[in-house]
Amino acid sequence: MDTLYKVRMTDVHKAFGKKVVLDGVNLDVKKGESLVIIGGSGTGKSVTIKCIQGLLTPDSGSITVDGREIVGLSEREMEKINAQTGMLFQGAALFDSLNIWENVAFGLIQGKKLKRADAKEIAIEKLKQVGLSPDVAVLYPDELSGGMKKRVGLARAIASNPELIFFDEPTTGLDPIMSDVINDLIRSCVSDLGSTSITITHDMSSVRKIADTVAMLYKGKIIWHGSVKDIDDSGNPYVDQFINGRADGPIQMEIRG
Amino acid sequence: MNIFAPVGRVFIAFLESTGRLARFTLKTVSHCFRPPFYFRALAGQMIEIGFYSLPVVALTTMFSGMVIALQSYSGLSTLSSEGVVASVVELTITRELGPVMAALMVAGRVGAAMAAELGTMRVTEQIDALTTLSTNPFKYLIVPRVLAGVLMLPVLVLIGDIIGIYGGWLICVYKLDFNGTNFLRNVWNFMQAIDIYSGMTKAAVFGFIVTLLGCYNGYHSRGGAEGVGAATTNAVVASSILILISNYWLTELFFAK
Ligand SMILES: Nc1ncnc2c1ncn2[C@@H]1O[C@H](COP(=O)(O)OP(=O)(O)OP(=O)(O)O)[C@@H](O)[C@H]1O
Ligand SMILES: [Mg+2]
Repeated sequence: MDTLYKVRMTDVHKAFGKKVVLDGVNLDVKKGESLVIIGGSGTGKSVTIKCIQGLLTPDSGSITVDGREIVGLSEREMEKINAQTGMLFQGAALFDSLNIWENVAFGLIQGKKLKRADAKEIAIEKLKQVGLSPDVAVLYPDELSGGMKKRVGLARAIASNPELIFFDEPTTGLDPIMSDVINDLIRSCVSDLGSTSITITHDMSSVRKIADTVAMLYKGKIIWHGSVKDIDDSGNPYVDQFINGRADGPIQMEIRG
Repeated sequence: MNIFAPVGRVFIAFLESTGRLARFTLKTVSHCFRPPFYFRALAGQMIEIGFYSLPVVALTTMFSGMVIALQSYSGLSTLSSEGVVASVVELTITRELGPVMAALMVAGRVGAAMAAELGTMRVTEQIDALTTLSTNPFKYLIVPRVLAGVLMLPVLVLIGDIIGIYGGWLICVYKLDFNGTNFLRNVWNFMQAIDIYSGMTKAAVFGFIVTLLGCYNGYHSRGGAEGVGAATTNAVVASSILILISNYWLTELFFAK
């Protein structure tokens, strides 16, 4: 039993038809660590975290969560692992047939079998943490702005205090002040609740605030993985170009007409 | 270029989708018997299918009964008598038109709505979100819909039978100047138990077909709004065809000597 690592990915490959997205990803995440994955748009960051949750099945390679191999695991066993995880989707993915507090409380009611009234209380508390007032609780997702939906998705992801949390672009579409509030919240999930988190973001100020370690995905591989302290002098030209946001460098954006 | 290649490709694609549908069906059925059960969702779907489909089913079976009464009188005028008209109405409505009409209406209303709803949930990642909240989408979304279809279509058909016969009665009494009491007595005397239970069995099978195909097409839809539209069309077309084909075989099963 591997106690040091929460998640280990070894030589993970994933292709959609002929399009190779992950081409041998190796990535270890220690318990209680906050990892941030950076990389260009469309490089497979979302695919990577969906593989860890069993939402996508890798073509080959191994992924372990708490030392347990999850590739090829039965649906029922995977459900047990997912009961300990939370996920903020890039597009929020709120249930549009349920109102806001029911969305946030979903995992508590269905998964943890809490009473509706108790779950509602927790949901409203979580909404406060993401800067949403209790009035929002009875609205429906289509009545919210994009940034509000994102925050509801975040509240839903952390509602059951999961051990492993995935945040797919948590601050995209938020104003700078709210972004900072969310960064603090993510940080506190790791430092106060002891969760392990894997965050995807393009926002370098979030990276510096949230991350313990940073991994950069490029052309289907992790080309750099190190402490956030070392990111500015990584000695890796790809990382340098990315964090400084330069158009010229070794990474050539594929622009198709 | 080899001319067999495209033919083979179509054939393989056909086998692939048949296999996928078969697997989906087995999975749905097996989840019907394994807890947890979502009774709230089941009740909601039963109301949606059973109650809200009543007006369209009532209207279509009523006019079917009316047209059969009229046609069997004028079309069979040399042999027609009050007894013949009543028995033709009873027989066609309970054995064939009641179940088929109700199922086609439910396919257009409910099957399409299921495909659209699940399709939207798929493309907006709501189905993935369910999984991450440790709720099995088959148990939460698909089983309640399919069970509700199997349970409620027979009820709808029973009501449709009564309304269809009433439609025939209306024409006999107000247009053909028959005696209303005689009509009802003829219907009652002519009716056999098999008319009713074959119709109910057909209804349950059709309910399964409509809801299963609605869910299947929605669950596997791809590619945004267009994909959801295609899923909806496929659900209605495929279930309508399957209803008519299986109706023939069920009639053969029950009545062929
Ligand atoms: N379900 C799918 N079917 C087919 N192709 C997919 C699927 N999901 C992702 N892809 C492809 O995989 C590639 C990586 O997608 P992914 O969503 O992981 O990118 P990303 O790194 O998260 O980008 P972004 O920063 O823009 O969110 C894309 O080219 C996308 O077209
Ligand atoms: Mg992404």
